[in-house]
Amino acid sequence: MVAASTLKTFSVTLRVWRQAGPAAAGGFVDYPAKDISPDMSFLEMLDVVNDELTAKGIEPIAFAHDCREGICGTCSCTINGKPHGPGKGVATCQTYMRSFSDGDTIVVEPFRARAFPVVKDLVTDRAAFDKIQQSGGFITARAGSAPDANALPIPKGDADLAMDAAQCIGCGACVAACKNASAMLFVSAKVGHLGLLPQGQAERDRRVLAMVNTMDTLGFGSCTNQYECSAACPKLISHDFIARMNRDYLTASLRSAFKPAPANTGGGAA
Amino acid sequence: MATLDSKIPSGPLADKWRKHKTEIKLVNPANKRKYEVIVVGAGLAGSSAASSLADLGYKVKCFVFHDSPRRAHSIAAQGGINAAKNYQNDGDSVHRLFYDTLKGGDYRAREANVHRLAEVSVNIIDQCVAQGVPFAREYGGLLANRSFGGAQVSRTFYARGQTGQQLLLGAYSALSRMVGAGAVDLHTNSEMLDLVVVGGQAKGVIIRNLVTGEISRHSADAVILATGGYGNVFNLSTYARGSNTTAIWRAYKRGACMANPCYTQIHPTCIPVSGDYQSKLTLMSESLRNDGRIWAPKKAGDTRAPAAIPESERDYYLERLYPSFGNLAPRDIASRAAKRICDEGRGVGSTGLGVYLDFADAINRLGEPAVRERYGNLFDIYHEITAESAYKAPMRIYPAVHYTMGGLWVDYNLMSNIPGLFVLGEANFSDHGANRLGASALMQGLADGYFVIPYTIGDYLAGQKPGSRPAADAPEFRQAEADVRGQTTRFLATKGKQPVSHFHKKLGKIMWDRCGMARTKAGLEAALQEIPALREEFNASVNVPGSADTLNQSLEKAGRVADFLDLGELMCRDALTREESCGGHFREEHQYPDGECKRDDEKFGHVAAWEYQGEGKTPVRNTEPLNYEFTKMSLRNYK
Repeated sequence: MVAASTLKTFSVTLRVWRQAGPAAAGGFVDYPAKDISPDMSFLEMLDVVNDELTAKGIEPIAFAHDCREGICGTCSCTINGKPHGPGKGVATCQTYMRSFSDGDTIVVEPFRARAFPVVKDLVTDRAAFDKIQQSGGFITARAGSAPDANALPIPKGDADLAMDAAQCIGCGACVAACKNASAMLFVSAKVGHLGLLPQGQAERDRRVLAMVNTMDTLGFGSCTNQYECSAACPKLISHDFIARMNRDYLTASLRSAFKPAPANTGGGAA
Repeated sequence: MATLDSKIPSGPLADKWRKHKTEIKLVNPANKRKYEVIVVGAGLAGSSAASSLADLGYKVKCFVFHDSPRRAHSIAAQGGINAAKNYQNDGDSVHRLFYDTLKGGDYRAREANVHRLAEVSVNIIDQCVAQGVPFAREYGGLLANRSFGGAQVSRTFYARGQTGQQLLLGAYSALSRMVGAGAVDLHTNSEMLDLVVVGGQAKGVIIRNLVTGEISRHSADAVILATGGYGNVFNLSTYARGSNTTAIWRAYKRGACMANPCYTQIHPTCIPVSGDYQSKLTLMSESLRNDGRIWAPKKAGDTRAPAAIPESERDYYLERLYPSFGNLAPRDIASRAAKRICDEGRGVGSTGLGVYLDFADAINRLGEPAVRERYGNLFDIYHEITAESAYKAPMRIYPAVHYTMGGLWVDYNLMSNIPGLFVLGEANFSDHGANRLGASALMQGLADGYFVIPYTIGDYLAGQKPGSRPAADAPEFRQAEADVRGQTTRFLATKGKQPVSHFHKKLGKIMWDRCGMARTKAGLEAALQEIPALREEFNASVNVPGSADTLNQSLEKAGRVADFLDLGELMCRDALTREESCGGHFREEHQYPDGECKRDDEKFGHVAAWEYQGEGKTPVRNTEPLNYEFTKMSLRNYK
């Protein structure tokens, strides 16, 4: 028989950022977390603490979460200074209490970035990512108009590399980890995924220009190539995609500068 | 009594959809922009519907309770999506996919709906590839396939173990394009709390903004619900924590019939429960059964480490019981087999509720790198949760709630019995019968959104005068808003002793024990006493702290758990009334000597669609007969 775990329960102190609303001032508050099983996930520990706070008449800690299996990108705490906590290549929801020891003080904060304002406690507003996507993060393909899927063979290496980029869960840890709060890893993952595929070529220039420009207007900082982003990424997306995007952006800028404008623009979906 | 006209077109099975498309009404392009359609939910079904309808020119408003449409739980689907492409030249066809899906559902789905699903499956793959979904490919650049349960062909397309994620990101990108173009008005952090019915037709919704607490009224010419399944009624499940029944339940309370609510899918390969604090059960994809072998010790109470149990003392029970499908037996069958093994005392792990899923043979045959390439991310997830390596020792797995085949009743056009209310994806009941085959949920969500609703909604809208939708301050809207506000006030004013989670856990335990993998008359009758008692306790002593005009996660949960309490009762009632076993619904009284499901086609070859009668009143059970014109309802055999 393989025992799940033989470790005893333990206790930690949570030092949690509490902030009543976007305009309110925030601050750290300490709460004890007792009888914690090492097999609990970090978010399950927060559930237990929240039920205790509720019983005491204290409003529970608001935190973002949903799938709890590392794929939806909703959870977003910075734990002991690291977005998504101590583990490599995992999200907060996949962080287990066995990563901590009895008596630890664990500091829990929201993702910090100008473009991600705090909504309440540990919850931030990451709508800026959606706005970047809406500006160009797609391949136009109306339902009903697609050719046969095997009509266009795609080398396995290209498809695999596109998939590496496409794994991005849109959590924003890259932004939170960056001292400039840059969104370059996120945007480059999108640009890389679609730009690597033959289907994505028609809109390749337009896409990278639009997405980068939108990113810049939303208050994200610039990239200074220190790669804190890829180190914090729960999907370990490589910063090589940033280099790729820079190249794409430069080429697209040059091409758009020297290309004669068509007499008639438009004809788009809208 | 509600009228349940399935509106299945006449004619040969393979021609029905084509014929229907040419016969239903169209809305001319200039008129499309005069119609406003509300889409609630933005998973595979919702995003694909919202973007496709906007692309056609309709004015679309999309509401999603997540902070971004990309978070919907379609994203967590791992294994793949079926399509009858026959790219493997292994004998697949639309008919075979239709037949496998119908049989997989234990002959409790409509023939015509399932056939349409199989037909459009091929278009889905084309559409997704065109959007840039990076499906797995072979070295020659063509698309790869894998096998899934309940089929003897390889028809499943996949993107590593993240197929749902990639398909959702595809649909999300299509939706984003339409939002960027101003064609979809997207409202995130927006939960639907009521359906507004005006003159017998669905004409709007009441929405609560989860961040500001603001409650708003929205009117439209038609309402589409694509809000997913209700498996969280069991508390512990593979669903996301936020997945809920509220949208469809409130539509039920406004008159939409709830069909076959007791049909629940229990997935055989999930990581076992470890403690009371647990919030979530994690799925290990069915694709693992392509190469993993499921076994348990032959001897009850065998506590040796798996490696110490010699081959001769292992029972590879799926291979033994179902030699033609082996480890790829359908989910309901594999789950019940695991339960029987554990009931016999042969379960493994500290709780005795587990069996092994062993990759030793695959690693010997293919080498560890090949296994890592196929399943690496799943092995990583397993390691994170259990701190064990599945490369070294077999995984321990146990069944968990994963999907609900039941949902709001819809006709062939995906319209409920309330005209103007359409229901797509897991939220409806239509295509999976009593059991869903693996890799079919993604197929259905996208079929409904990309290839069915764009045609069928026109048939309804063409009968509505442009500009005739009611104003959002019509009395029906005001009343619905007042109801929502009343409920919120009640929750906050109760100020009891127990957090919402206390009731959710208790309900989950009742449901799992009484209405889970095996059900009995006595157990279900007991549940029908226990759940109302729990509801009373909830109403009297729930503690919802905070206020209504800010982000209040306790308040959100209170509303959802209140609806789960009602739904759980209806599920038990449905399970009690259905005196047969079929697919995921296993009544212990109705089984063959070998433990297989004993259907009763004569008495129960129908859809049960429950109709709400008011608070505290017993709902009415309407039936829609399942008329099989082309297939024989036969004994489902995977041996």
